[in-house]
Amino acid sequence: MIKTILARIQQKHRTIAFPKGEPALPDRFRGRPVVDTKKCANDCRECENVCPTDAIHCSAGSLKLDLGRCIFCGQCQQACKKGAIQFTNEYRMAARSREDLIISDAEIKLADALGTRIRRVLGRSLKLRQVSAGGCNACEADTNVLTTIVFDLGRFGIQFVASPRHADGLLITGPVTENMKLALKKTCEAIPDPKVVIAVGSCAIAGGPYINHPEVNNGADRILPVDLYIPGCPPHPLTILDGLLRLLGKFNSK
Amino acid sequence: MSKLQSLQIYNCEVSELSKIPVIPISDFRDWIIKAAQSGCRISALFGKPLDKNRVRLFAVLANDEAGTLFLSSADVEESYPSLTAECPQAHWFEREIAEQWAITPVGHPWLKPIRFHSSCRKGQDAFGRKPEDKIIPGITNFFQLTGEEIHEVAVGPVHAGIIEPGHFRFQCNGEDVFNLEISLGYQHRGIEVALIGGPNKRTIHYMETAAGDTTIGHAAAYCQIFEALCDCNVSARAQSLRAIALELERLANHTGDLGALAGDVGYLPTASFCGRIRGDFLNMTALICGNRFGRGLICPGGTGFDLEEKHLTELKGRLAKAAKDITVAVNLLWSTPSVVARFEETGTLTQKTCADLGLVGVIARACGIDRDCRFNFPSGIYQFAQVPVSTWHTGDVFARAYVRWLEIQKSLAFINNQMETLPQRHAAVPLDTLSPEKIVVSLVEGWRGEICHVALTGSDGRFSHYKIVDPSFHNWMGLSMALRDQQISDFPLCNKSFNLSYCGHDL
Repeated sequence: MIKTILARIQQKHRTIAFPKGEPALPDRFRGRPVVDTKKCANDCRECENVCPTDAIHCSAGSLKLDLGRCIFCGQCQQACKKGAIQFTNEYRMAARSREDLIISDAEIKLADALGTRIRRVLGRSLKLRQVSAGGCNACEADTNVLTTIVFDLGRFGIQFVASPRHADGLLITGPVTENMKLALKKTCEAIPDPKVVIAVGSCAIAGGPYINHPEVNNGADRILPVDLYIPGCPPHPLTILDGLLRLLGKFNSK
Repeated sequence: MSKLQSLQIYNCEVSELSKIPVIPISDFRDWIIKAAQSGCRISALFGKPLDKNRVRLFAVLANDEAGTLFLSSADVEESYPSLTAECPQAHWFEREIAEQWAITPVGHPWLKPIRFHSSCRKGQDAFGRKPEDKIIPGITNFFQLTGEEIHEVAVGPVHAGIIEPGHFRFQCNGEDVFNLEISLGYQHRGIEVALIGGPNKRTIHYMETAAGDTTIGHAAAYCQIFEALCDCNVSARAQSLRAIALELERLANHTGDLGALAGDVGYLPTASFCGRIRGDFLNMTALICGNRFGRGLICPGGTGFDLEEKHLTELKGRLAKAAKDITVAVNLLWSTPSVVARFEETGTLTQKTCADLGLVGVIARACGIDRDCRFNFPSGIYQFAQVPVSTWHTGDVFARAYVRWLEIQKSLAFINNQMETLPQRHAAVPLDTLSPEKIVVSLVEGWRGEICHVALTGSDGRFSHYKIVDPSFHNWMGLSMALRDQQISDFPLCNKSFNLSYCGHDL
């Protein structure tokens, strides 16, 4: 017992100050990209050509990047000699609609909160059922870490539960393989209304690296209505946490 | 082993496709069975279509002691006599061949789909399914026991936690498990088919996400293939950086596994400490390349990122702190009798079962088998900087946990050593095109075990075939055997002690 107590003292208090304090991210972290159309040479299309998931579209005077398709490999930034696409250290990028993820010069419209009526039910206690539908286990792993002492998800009233019957919502990872389609639908049906559906990672949003494979369904919103999209490959745990807290209206002022 | 029947190669050695012997299927069978009996192991066994009617089977056998690989091939049309009854290692591979290429291994004792997709040879099917039949995963003729007191427990695909999907069938008598059958395929997303015709701009991303927790391992195996095929020499600095990344991946996952094992026996201090320390290791990978799983770090020709002096200093400091924390956290396990009592003699595999099934990685080493690609088939910097092989002899959950702890210590020492002696020069070199009509086998010891990639190039210098064998592909059968005569309530603990990949298996 004494050994356990001494170890506990040695390990210290490790829960991060987020959301009160700003988290420290590595300087090489590839967070939300910003697009500057003015810098774009327009007809070179280098960024479009190197993008593995066709997330970029150039046409006369416009350059659009789909954060839902983006797997944050950074190839476009390297290819663009003019610096029209730059990955920033910004981890916040969850959105409520698929269209909001397609960014250009304008600032991204981050997710707003659920309606007041549903928030009255779920706002202080959100129980989620997670389903991996073809994910590579990276999104799953970085969702799972939210339950460790570092992020301590429980302090926000959010918890992952074992049964869909106990859940208020579904958090989906993976491109929804043909082989998981039925199980995903059944799990969602088993969750009592009102419920929220959250798509985490580029696979669950648009198919990720597997986009247009016959074995996958290019994301969850082909199967179910999605309330929150959290981009990334995989999203940083803070990106996921930020998205969840926005949905619950914890950042009203921002 | 006769030289006429097979071609001897080394890890990452390129050879002409035409040099691989094509032998009659009966000789091919005898060759594999005899080699397996004399201590070789099947690293890969796969089919590649030759024309409309024929499929060529390729086998890659590994001789761990000699550090050599043997290649051979045989042509088949619709069926051939199965190997599995005489060589249990072939079990899963033969089912895969049957599913992918509609080739029936006649006499296979357990012939059923492993991934539940339609055959890649249109209109043909080894299981007698018609093209219009919808294939439903998890629906097959499961092995069943009958009797008044026998009951069946079916779990999954959706499990009670944040984990990947798989279906498990237990045949139980009360609490005792007589047999566990594992049915996967829910994560199948068509990676191998999509790799044909590559490399292209998506190839590296398929590798990085074949099993997301083994991003470095699979990406490194692929890059070795790429570099061998274009005869490119990667700088010593890049090789060293790759090895640092591979060991950080091992550290993160082994730490996570030890924490999860502690959690599964209800010992929360180590469970919560390790959950956090695992993140510290992931963040070290993010320090190098910006991504916690190492996305973008390994690329053909070297590494996508170099370690600057400030990063190196930071990494050294963080590693020293994490080493101290993990030592305290893990040593609690061994000094807590209630933990050790639950680990010991749970889910025991004998060395013979392990050898017969051709299991790899931590699982094999926990049965006392010296099997580690870093030692047996060293590539990259491991040719110059050895990592001692860690083994334990008891084959139970304790052994699998303890081997992880031994490896954590070895990896920490290895990374420290590499950082001290990090070679100079640039981290990436330019690349040429791939050499046509070649075959190359690349082995990397990922944190779960041997990752085997085999690439064949066509006359255009593109991949005409690409085979990925994740260590989980070998080891799922081991979990099934470990559960025999165990209590069903010990399944979570046994499962966690294997911690196999679903997506790496399903591809």
